Amino acid sequence: MSVRNSYIGQPIERTEDLRFLRGRGIYVADVNRPGQLYAVILRSSVAHGNIRSVDISRAMQLPGVRHVLVGADLGNAVPRIPLRLQPLPQLEPFHQPVLADGKVRYVGEPIAVVLADTPGIAEDALDLIDLDIETLPAITSREQAEAMPAVLFEDHGSNAAITWKAFKGDADAAFASADYTRRETFKIQRHAAMFMEPRGFVAEWNADAGKLTVWGAAKTAWYNRRVLATALGLDVDAVDLIEVDVGGGFGSRGEFYPEDYLIPAAAKFAGRPVKWTEDRREHMMTANHARDIECDVEIALSKDGRFLALRGQAWADIGAYIRTNGSVGPRNVAQYMSGPYTFEHIDLKTTMLTTNKTPSGTYRGPGRYETDFIRERMIDLAAKDLRIDRVELRRRNLVADAQMPYPLASITPYDSSTELDSGDYHAVFDLCMKEFDWAEKSKLSGRLIDGYYHGLAVGSFIEGGAAGPSEDARLVLEIDGALTVYLGSSSVGQGLETIMAQITADATELPFEKITVRHGSTSDVKNGYGAYHSRSTVMGGSAILLAAEKLKDSVRAAAALRFGCAVGDVTIDGEQVAHGGKTLPLAGLSDIPLEVEATFFNKKYTWAYGTQAAHIAVDPGTGHVKVIDYLSVEDVGRIINPSTLHGQAIGSIVQGLGGAFLEHLVYDENGQLLTGSFADYLMPTALDFPNIRSITLELKPCPNNPLGVKGAGEGGLIPVGGIMANAIADALSHLNVQPMELPLSPARIWQMAEDGAIQAVA
Amino acid sequence: MQIEFELNGATVGTSVEARTSLADCLRDNLGKTGTHLGCEHGVCGACTVLVNGEAVRACLMLAVQANGDKVVTVEGLSSDNLSPLQASFRKHHALQCGFCTPGFITTAHALLTAEPDADEERIRDVLSGNLCRCTGYVPIIEAVLDARKFYAVQKEKA
Ligand code: FES
Ligand code: FES
Repeated sequence: MSVRNSYIGQPIERTEDLRFLRGRGIYVADVNRPGQLYAVILRSSVAHGNIRSVDISRAMQLPGVRHVLVGADLGNAVPRIPLRLQPLPQLEPFHQPVLADGKVRYVGEPIAVVLADTPGIAEDALDLIDLDIETLPAITSREQAEAMPAVLFEDHGSNAAITWKAFKGDADAAFASADYTRRETFKIQRHAAMFMEPRGFVAEWNADAGKLTVWGAAKTAWYNRRVLATALGLDVDAVDLIEVDVGGGFGSRGEFYPEDYLIPAAAKFAGRPVKWTEDRREHMMTANHARDIECDVEIALSKDGRFLALRGQAWADIGAYIRTNGSVGPRNVAQYMSGPYTFEHIDLKTTMLTTNKTPSGTYRGPGRYETDFIRERMIDLAAKDLRIDRVELRRRNLVADAQMPYPLASITPYDSSTELDSGDYHAVFDLCMKEFDWAEKSKLSGRLIDGYYHGLAVGSFIEGGAAGPSEDARLVLEIDGALTVYLGSSSVGQGLETIMAQITADATELPFEKITVRHGSTSDVKNGYGAYHSRSTVMGGSAILLAAEKLKDSVRAAAALRFGCAVGDVTIDGEQVAHGGKTLPLAGLSDIPLEVEATFFNKKYTWAYGTQAAHIAVDPGTGHVKVIDYLSVEDVGRIINPSTLHGQAIGSIVQGLGGAFLEHLVYDENGQLLTGSFADYLMPTALDFPNIRSITLELKPCPNNPLGVKGAGEGGLIPVGGIMANAIADALSHLNVQPMELPLSPARIWQMAEDGAIQAVA
Repeated sequence: MQIEFELNGATVGTSVEARTSLADCLRDNLGKTGTHLGCEHGVCGACTVLVNGEAVRACLMLAVQANGDKVVTVEGLSSDNLSPLQASFRKHHALQCGFCTPGFITTAHALLTAEPDADEERIRDVLSGNLCRCTGYVPIIEAVLDARKFYAVQKEKA
């Protein structure tokens, strides 16, 4: 059969861009409803304390203030936000109430909601609320959280919420008999996704129809609809969450936050539409933070350089509550520490500790960024100790093609077993070394040129994708022959509309231009799981393939009626159907739109993988690092749009560099967040990292979905911290600088170089 | 307070509070929602508009200060078709979520109008005042470099 379309694999220019480039996108702050009120949220300014009283009487007198909602307005019990992922009963005591339940546990925790005619009036009213809080000592470190019993949640008896245990083989036995072991302690700083569009909602309650509509959903609209409907005591069908254009997500946007309840509840309470948009400081205090772990880990090798075992303990500072996906990062730290390498014995634990900081959740490559820093550092340290070349040591231990599928560690208490699905890890590694010209560049290792010490590093990574359980697609062939695709997948700005239209065009053999993709209204398809875990393309795309087959059946059936022939005798040829020499166009084929729906189910993760290499230069006098060359090579099985994929890879690497060098959410000992603006939370700018390269390959298609794709988009960032730390160690090897902590700020690098120089003299 | 200025070539009048920022005025009073607010404290550049030809952060300027000025927002840089700069952004995939994009377009437009021969270093320097969380900047720089030729022609004509 001839293939009519081959949009898949082409760098098609994005349809989204036509509106974004001209300022015609509709983001949630651009949505307005007639008669809307503006919500502003009163938030705790202390990290830990008992609320003695909230007096709203003065605020209520300000002209233009309509309501001030406090806990009592929410009925008898303030709703608590359930966990979306790993909903273990033992974590329930740590669920977050949508308004503080008599106690505040972090700076930024919501206490009351002001509704007023303008945002300015609502903000003025905040100053008129008399809030009396008895301040309690704040817990801001692992030591305090471990040492002090049950400070955040008195009833629970401990600040430790749960411990994840990853295991494989018999680690203790492996350590007992190993030729070589090394143990080190690592720290990764608290930082965050920090997407550019602040969060917001517009909610409208139609009392006559008993229907609630909320604009501003993202990522997991169907799940959030269920939570919201339950908390408001409404039928799920009475609630519609609508996703408009979304200014970046990176794992953080779209989780169920307190505001996801408060704004719709306020609209229902007030009987008028309510709009809320957060400001940047508010975002920094309230949206999920991430990373923030310490880890004490040990590696065992044979003397000929075979990886044998990993064991150790990590502590994740998850902040004041456990949020919807807050277990993912800590769990992944334990389960994915082994990365793309063979380890037959693993015994790793992560304990989640509550502290008086903003709660945490996922951020691009959750847990993987952290583990890759730790693991790749350990590999370089072991290579040095064993006098084995670090490139050779990695080659010796990468999982081989013949070992696939290769099982990763199992994990308790919420089992999520997985195995590396497919891949030629060695081929990608070798290609990276070649394209990077490692052989030539490595001659610069440790050399001082024009005041800069040069260093190199290499590291490999795996990137999980395609979390199940399912995704829906509904195709509607309109009477005029246009095709509309409705999806349960959602967009966080990654180009979903274009990619899905490419897949649809190939699957249906219709022209790309005839296809419109709609996503993110909970009324469009029965169910949807959304955009996380690099799953949109894999899951939504596969659902489209299934639906396209059904659509072709419907087209044949409709054509058979027109031709007066058997269904099996109809052939479809692009925009035409044919039978016995006669043809008919799809337009006008049927008097009603032809509509089909399909669901793609999936239990298995996809595992994209790759290798990255970097060449840097360090100024020992200032601690400043120049990234001279950075190359990422990743195999994603099959590429839908090389342009968007390449864009994600580069963007992801630069985010990783931000985490490695710049970004840090800093708290003082009272639990005050000191980094409350972009002036003090530094992110990469156009000047910082110009030399980033990425190559993506279609080497080993994924065996677990009909498209053969592996979820991608997070990978670029995953190994960056480890690679940068190793490159700095390489550059400053004469001073024996060994970074064990991120971020690698100039001050920290300078200090390490100083300490190294002093040691060298002594 | 009643103010009047030229917006994308047409005279507009509106009434604002003294504390209203130009960004809020453009978005809320005049419906120009292409001007985005990412930080409201002058660092991200998403709100950049042209005031008398200069790239200005609309979140840091009061609406009343624009009285009598010529203001151009991203909506004013093209009509039905993409401008050459916008088309270059599309071609180079210099945007993902698109939230920062209007600010980059206005900033780059102001730069290339004044300096069509700006080199990569200059472009990076000027654009370093705008934050993008998605693209890593590499494609944005390529897009702006590629769009220079159109501005050079314009300048020649002028
Ligand atoms: S919103 Fe004006 S600079 Fe960020
Ligand atoms: S494209 Fe998303 S912030 Fe720039």
